[in-house]
Amino acid sequence: MPLNKIIRISGKAVPVPGADMDTDRIIPARFLKCITFDELAGTMFYDERFHTDGSSKNHPIDAPQHAGARIILGGENFGCGSSREHAPQAIKRSGIAAIVAESFAEIFFGNSSGIGLPCVCASHADLEQALRRTEEEPQTEWVLDLEQMTLCCPGLSLPISMPEEPRQALTQGRWDAVVELMNAPEAVARLAATLPNPSCK
Amino acid sequence: MCYSGIKHHHMGKTLYRKVWDAHTVGTLPDGRTQLFIATLYMHEVTSPQAFAMLRELGLPVLHPERIFATPDHIIPTDNQSEPYADPRAATMLSELRRNCKEHGIRLFDLPSGRQGIVHMIGPELGITQPGMTIVCGDSHTATHGAVGSIAMGIGTTQVRDVLATQTLAMSPLKVRNVRVEGTLRPGVTAKDVALHIIGKLGADGGLGYAYEFGGSAIESMDMDGRLTLCNLAIEGAARCGYINPDETTFAYLKGRPYAPKGAAWDAAVERWKSFASDADAEYDDVVIIPAEEIEPTVTWGISPDMNIGISGSVPSPADARSEEARKAYTTALEYMQLTPGQPLKGLPVDVVFIGSCTNGHITDFRAVAPYLKGRKVAPGIKALAVPGSQMTARQCEDEGIAAIFREAGFEWRLPGCSMCLAMNPDKLVGDQICASTSNRNFKGRQGSPTGRTLLMSPLMAAAAAVTGTVADAREVFDIQ
Repeated sequence: MPLNKIIRISGKAVPVPGADMDTDRIIPARFLKCITFDELAGTMFYDERFHTDGSSKNHPIDAPQHAGARIILGGENFGCGSSREHAPQAIKRSGIAAIVAESFAEIFFGNSSGIGLPCVCASHADLEQALRRTEEEPQTEWVLDLEQMTLCCPGLSLPISMPEEPRQALTQGRWDAVVELMNAPEAVARLAATLPNPSCK
Repeated sequence: MCYSGIKHHHMGKTLYRKVWDAHTVGTLPDGRTQLFIATLYMHEVTSPQAFAMLRELGLPVLHPERIFATPDHIIPTDNQSEPYADPRAATMLSELRRNCKEHGIRLFDLPSGRQGIVHMIGPELGITQPGMTIVCGDSHTATHGAVGSIAMGIGTTQVRDVLATQTLAMSPLKVRNVRVEGTLRPGVTAKDVALHIIGKLGADGGLGYAYEFGGSAIESMDMDGRLTLCNLAIEGAARCGYINPDETTFAYLKGRPYAPKGAAWDAAVERWKSFASDADAEYDDVVIIPAEEIEPTVTWGISPDMNIGISGSVPSPADARSEEARKAYTTALEYMQLTPGQPLKGLPVDVVFIGSCTNGHITDFRAVAPYLKGRKVAPGIKALAVPGSQMTARQCEDEGIAAIFREAGFEWRLPGCSMCLAMNPDKLVGDQICASTSNRNFKGRQGSPTGRTLLMSPLMAAAAAVTGTVADAREVFDIQ
């Protein structure tokens, strides 16, 4: 099962401002009543984008100048709360290929890495620069480079960071862990035999 | 100290490290650990996609005997006769049944008498035991750390990984020792302790950490209180929270359906003790909180760290610690329709919800029942009491607790997640305010995109129910 190496992502950016952007806001629970992830495109940030009567709240995601954006610019503790993988799935299936934020909640980060959606951190000041540029010139083409660990656009290069293990997994095309996890069945069996299991009592 | 069972070559290890080491299969090419998972819990919302992925790969379930499932999120709590009014909920339930049957996975289904919120039934049945690695496609899996295990929420792709290999690719967390020292004041509960810790350290304060809870105030908590505390670790961004196993833990587990019996029990207790953090364990961080400073605590905003003691008042954005937080405060005040400086005490509520994996335990209902006896829910208030499991529901009936709640004017419901996240028919309407014992006050969390949640303890929620407003339970119920 060869996976694509995720090294460089280019495209426009869209701001999704706010600290502690929880996964209930990324995808409200009513959209979780599904048995596949196939229908999730378009549900991302739904209640942040639309009033209960369906009219637009004019969220940046729906602004014409940000149409087709591939990179989200977020705040601190992005993706906190529920473990629902529906959140990164909805984001990915809506055409987003990477998220840059000040920090990420652990479970969201792991879920995103595991489906090939890189989450990288930037400093508050650097994110402010990226946001300003994106707001002033929405057509700006950014390049997020996981080898150079930079977020660049003409005239600007910002450092980004990410723990080394998921970075390597993404850039080497090994982000779907199940492939490696299946490589040591004997070692798993040996360890399993040493660990009690309540159902066997 | 030296215990039989596991030999420790280096002194000074935390429980986290010992459990991690005991479950390590090896190191993966990208540097992550391949971690064996002792127990996988499962519910209907985050598992069907994992089974679909497994089918796509053509793989079997490797260790079905280490997996336990129950339906909880979408279960109606008023009328559970099938077919459900919501066809999508019905499909999710039938998918769970089909997947468990096909793969030989134990399912605590509705007729079993053991169904309930997954984080309630694991400990109640004695499946959750010290020294285990436990995961579930649910962030509140942290709950199970209360018995001294390493328990973490995971995503659905990771559920697939566990189904296929009983292992996960993980990197270890740092460990922060959060100690609450002293004696809690009367009327202050585990819920208040948890909210207070989250308020102090921040909703993102635990990023990168597991929280080891300790100190005399926590050591003297009963097991249900410990479960409440660990349940809320994730609301402070700590993916897992745990408490070292002790006599309280062992007394709680003894005699439970899946707990070891006879000679196996004694051996298990010795083994469990060996996992407790060493007296000279090294921590990456230590935080000490005096128990006396904690008041009954209520949230005012849209993140669990936006909370105040009941005698306090709603803060101003000017009080926030950063520019980002100032913006968040402004957003929260606008959403909650609150004004800086106003006290929460006296704020009218519309709905009261006592339940969830945070506060749906037998002890929660026992704590409240004596105060509801002879009192009535205030006129116009919708008050829901939802036991977290069928076992707890039966206990509440047997002990006369359910009758007291009904007599007081509560709707006494059937077990499920209910209005914690409102995936079933229990939802707020419009911008109703709910005094809730659940775990999240996020925008729209309780089923209405404009609904407002105030998190608090069961005691405080009961006080809100009988007064119709946010109230200090210590005054309402004369707790001294």
